[in-house]
Amino acid sequence: MASIDYKNKLLTAFDESVDSKKSVRQVYAPYADWLAGKDFSQLAQKSRDAELLFRRVGITFAVYGEEEGAERLIPFDVIPRILAASEWGKLSDGACQRVRALNMFLNDIYHGQDIIKAGIMPESILTNEMYRPEMQGVDVPGGVYAHIAGIDIVRTEADTFYVLEDNLRTPSGVSYMLEDRRMMMRLFPELFRQYPISPVEHYPQLLLENLRAVAPRGATSDPTVVLMTPGAYNSAYFEHAFLAQQMGIELVEGRDMFVKGNAVFMRTTEGPKKIDVIYRRIDDDFIDPLAFRQDSMLGVPGLVSVYRNGGVALANAIGTGVADDKATYTYVPDMIKFYLGEEPILSNVPTYKLSKEDDRKYVLDNLAELVVKEVQGSGGYGMLVGPTSSKAQIEEFRLRILADPDNYIAQPTLALSTCPTMVEQGVAPRHVDLRPYVLTGKTTSVVPGALCRVAMTEGSLVVNSSQGGGTKDTWVLQC
Amino acid sequence: MGAAMLSRTADHLYWMARYIERAENMARMLDVTYRMSLVQNAAQSEAALWVPLLHISDTVEDFHKAYDEVTAHNVIYYIAMDSRNLSSIYNCLRAARENAHAVRVAMSSEMWENINSLWLEFQQMDKKLILDSGLSEFCDWVKSRSHLFRGVTYGTMLRDDGFRFTRLGGFIERADDMARLLDVKYHLLLPSASDVGGAVDYYEWSALLRSASAYEAYLKVYRDAVMPLRVAELLVLRHDMPRSLHACMDELTTILDQLTGDAGRECKRLAGEMHSSLHYGRIEDIFRGGLHEFLEAFLRQNNRLGVEIQRTYLNAPIINEPEKPNVGELQSQG
Repeated sequence: MASIDYKNKLLTAFDESVDSKKSVRQVYAPYADWLAGKDFSQLAQKSRDAELLFRRVGITFAVYGEEEGAERLIPFDVIPRILAASEWGKLSDGACQRVRALNMFLNDIYHGQDIIKAGIMPESILTNEMYRPEMQGVDVPGGVYAHIAGIDIVRTEADTFYVLEDNLRTPSGVSYMLEDRRMMMRLFPELFRQYPISPVEHYPQLLLENLRAVAPRGATSDPTVVLMTPGAYNSAYFEHAFLAQQMGIELVEGRDMFVKGNAVFMRTTEGPKKIDVIYRRIDDDFIDPLAFRQDSMLGVPGLVSVYRNGGVALANAIGTGVADDKATYTYVPDMIKFYLGEEPILSNVPTYKLSKEDDRKYVLDNLAELVVKEVQGSGGYGMLVGPTSSKAQIEEFRLRILADPDNYIAQPTLALSTCPTMVEQGVAPRHVDLRPYVLTGKTTSVVPGALCRVAMTEGSLVVNSSQGGGTKDTWVLQC
Repeated sequence: MGAAMLSRTADHLYWMARYIERAENMARMLDVTYRMSLVQNAAQSEAALWVPLLHISDTVEDFHKAYDEVTAHNVIYYIAMDSRNLSSIYNCLRAARENAHAVRVAMSSEMWENINSLWLEFQQMDKKLILDSGLSEFCDWVKSRSHLFRGVTYGTMLRDDGFRFTRLGGFIERADDMARLLDVKYHLLLPSASDVGGAVDYYEWSALLRSASAYEAYLKVYRDAVMPLRVAELLVLRHDMPRSLHACMDELTTILDQLTGDAGRECKRLAGEMHSSLHYGRIEDIFRGGLHEFLEAFLRQNNRLGVEIQRTYLNAPIINEPEKPNVGELQSQG
């Protein structure tokens, strides 16, 4: 019989809902009372309702390497993650602080490079693959590079949060923050009467405001903003379509645009129309075959040249990858001190660089306890989680590290906090992370909510959707 | 945002509507033929009953590449489910959904959810059951989903050019399908032109009317036995019959006039020419010159109109790029 009794579950990490004495934390107390009045089959029915709705609305992602057009759902968990106002205050301040510093770093690295001159970062950053010499000396509107940033945060103790990663290129997932909320309101309206939950629905309007704020000089007071997608077969296509619709802007592909003079136009039924701001959800490499990958069929020839001459704005800017590279990550606390003169509010996870001899020796001696990641990897691919890997897997990874040590970093395995989650056998603790979306235009801000990713497999620490992770609605309480 | 819309968006909306309409008309013809096959008629062979369906969809040759024999089972499968038939209901619904998926932003979320759930339902259907005993039910489902989609479009879509291109696709397709249906049926049912005023097989003709949802309308308008001349008049010339050629051209000329911009001069001229021949035409004159000849000319003009719409609005050439070749009218759009 599936069980809803959560308190008797074995807890191995900090749990968001109950403390070590198995008593319910204050923020979860009303929810726990509500849950106690339900039986598991009711909850399971809600879960099936949600799946049906998600499928009908087409909130799906395409899976690479499967039959063309195959569409899958990301598992949605009906139990929310709940954060107190004070907890959120620290997280949001910390995330905004980081993004302010990262934008200043990007502006610096593509201009005067003071941070190198000050001896805080090594000059070798300029040989990083993600550094784009094309951007050197280019002024971007408002000096903003990362207009949209997804900051991945994990928790290990009541007051201990770590930033795992800064996503500054084309971070995705915000549509799940919005759709999960809409779904929860539909499934459990009674809970929204009980809890003072901060709204997140204004995210698209805030995003549009920020995008309009970075229109290039010479644009009219009513700039034309578009969202550029690689197309309907891209894994995040649903999100591209969703955001364009919510902002009321055109969803364009490369083939809908062309360059003439120092401007980018889209083809319309009434002839060409000039574009001022492109919220692009396509990587640097594919955006312009004349500037980067020549074989890209998805880009617009000449776009980068117009961009460099100030004829169009791109969000995010080209070349932001140099700031979210895992090797750069280790310098972010120093950046905050250097550019803002502030102490970092959120900590980095201690990180070993395998390019350093001492670090490498320590890591190779302790592989079974560490998480090892590729410097430019993403999506949970190409990483080793020592404690959950077999001896053979560890040895295989050791060879990969030795072949190219500069390509790896290592971190201690963090016991990510757990959150009660619906599984087949009932409600059980599963590890979670959190990704708030930080927006920058004239100012830097964040809506009170986040994408909460959950590893659906017992004990797993990998929350990525490409690895079977699910999502939860995140409730930030107003008081 | 202004009235201008992406040419590609207009293209997807136009083809989405065409494919939905085509699926509906294929279902109508399939259902009527199936119902007729249930009425015992020793004079007619199985093949003679089913071949016209292949003529209407212009797929006789392709059918014979795929099958040895014209049997009810083969034709039903070919028209309803076969992925090798570009105009099969399966392919029409798939293409409609793919076109919608590519521009889901350009329509109301109700429209998108409607067409998406249509596709999900279709995928979950028991194909074997449909072929064995549930064909009429299936055809009714296709028709009612098409009605539903039209309804949600009218009820929720912003009255902008996107709405107009969606309707444009629907009416161009309907005019094409209706003209083909009439042409093939008259050709087969009425080999000699002198028979037009006489009594004919009641079942055949009433079936034709039913496939256009025009049977009750016929009785109401003419209050008399079913006669070929009047059937043609109703389905070609009556402007108040919603699936007639005249009604389609009424809609098309109105929509073309409403489109913003001045690019559509040639489209409007073509449509106006077709419209006036239906508006001022008399059925006796049409039969004197030959209904088949009239319908063939209509199909040619309708095809030209489609190509012109494609060229003017949907492929929208840009100034400094060589013009793209015209997309063939019946070519499927992924």
